[in-house]
Amino acid sequence: MSRRSVFPALLTIAALSLALVSISTPANAAKKKYFDRSGNLVVEEKTAAEMSRVYKVQNREPEKTYAVPPPPFSEDIFPCSDCHADMEPNLQRRQLEDMHTDIVLHHAEGQRWCLDCHNPNDRDKLRLVSGEVIDFSESYRLCGQCHGDKFRDWKVGIHGKRTGYWNGDKQYLLCAHCHNPHDPKFKPLTPKPPPVRPGQARH
Amino acid sequence: MSDQKKKDDHAFRLSRRKTLKGLVAGVGALALPASTASASVWEEFFQRHFRELSKKELKDVLARLEKDYSKQYGKQVSVKATPPIEGVKFGYGLDLSRCIGCRRCVYGCVAENNQSRDPQIHWIRVVQLEKEKGVDFDVAEHYYNPKKVPEKGHFYMPVQCQQCENPPCTKVCPVQATWQETDGIVVVDYNWCIGCRYCMAACPYGARHFNWSKSSIPADEINPDTHYLGNRPRPIGVVEKCTFCVQRTREQPGRYPACEEICPVGARKFGNLLDPESEMRYLIENKRVFIFKEDLNTRPKFFYFYAT
Repeated sequence: MSRRSVFPALLTIAALSLALVSISTPANAAKKKYFDRSGNLVVEEKTAAEMSRVYKVQNREPEKTYAVPPPPFSEDIFPCSDCHADMEPNLQRRQLEDMHTDIVLHHAEGQRWCLDCHNPNDRDKLRLVSGEVIDFSESYRLCGQCHGDKFRDWKVGIHGKRTGYWNGDKQYLLCAHCHNPHDPKFKPLTPKPPPVRPGQARH
Repeated sequence: MSDQKKKDDHAFRLSRRKTLKGLVAGVGALALPASTASASVWEEFFQRHFRELSKKELKDVLARLEKDYSKQYGKQVSVKATPPIEGVKFGYGLDLSRCIGCRRCVYGCVAENNQSRDPQIHWIRVVQLEKEKGVDFDVAEHYYNPKKVPEKGHFYMPVQCQQCENPPCTKVCPVQATWQETDGIVVVDYNWCIGCRYCMAACPYGARHFNWSKSSIPADEINPDTHYLGNRPRPIGVVEKCTFCVQRTREQPGRYPACEEICPVGARKFGNLLDPESEMRYLIENKRVFIFKEDLNTRPKFFYFYAT
């Protein structure tokens, strides 16, 4: 064998063995390292399943669900899956031209677009940053991701409005009942007539 | 001659006595209802103070009022006298950073509480103030009427009865027709009020209103769910005021006051000050609270606050 033919053969063997190694030890399995309270290093082997990102809030109660009236959808638009079920989700950020052109995003539009809140795989749901998929009737959790102070006040009935009984069952209005999620600033209202000035009464 | 004089004197003395007798009887008769008046007018005339009524008497009074009102408005009007709930002291919160001055509360209150339409009586008055000046009533505008609210550079402050813990209005009433109930609501017995309006002069918030003429409420707009101390139709010549919708809030479960329920921005809060879990306690403990005319030591249970 000449030297010239040995070199490519060696290369092939090396490439094959590398491929073998990478199959036998999955790249996404890892060791979790941290220091415990006494300063000792703790190393935990984690399987791939354990390392995958799932919504899991440790040491925290899951968010309570609040009684709310039906979410304020535009007419004939829900369920979204009526149209979206057969459509391939296009994750490309873009200006919508065929549908939903009436929606003008005016809500930190430079940092956000549709699929940051709407769930691409099941359009009848919303999606939190953590990946958890939630119902439209739980949209307060979505808004609360950024507006934590308002969410905190809303839960105790200070921000927004509750209806029902002061000493009984209450219903919460969703954020979207007062704020258009795509353009959340509260819109000005026409005031009711001013009172009659003294001396102008008709009686 | 002397006989004649005696006779004249005698005649004069007799006639003066007669005159006095006649006067007393005549004035007395004038003060009483005419003999042709219906029985209910007589009963109303001799009705005792609300707090002195026995259970039986109260029942009769309520039945009489229900009958009168139902006849007057052509539909079934109920009058109740639900007592305060134990362990409850009502408090009200109003978020000045949210109110946009749309006056929905004013007219919600008028409809719920059977206020006179003409002459117009409003228990809630919304004033427009300037953001630069703060709560300065020298620049307050009561009759603002732009196309859209809120207007730039302005904020809005609805004023109604503050349900003071130390109410000046009840102290000046010469007949004790107005008093504070145990749940903190200041009420008026319209049947006992003599219409002297001392309480209106004493109230620093302009929260009391006088029925100068017969109140006019269209029969189809009357709210038939009424309370004796609250929203039952008022007679002419008496003073009335906000009662935190006593006809709603004293029930179990109790609805929110009408102004709270109609507010489109959720600026109005209502709850039990003695309940540590209530929204009122949360806002008092966590938000910036403003008490209107705090320096007068009226100790209102109406808390203006800023949620932001």
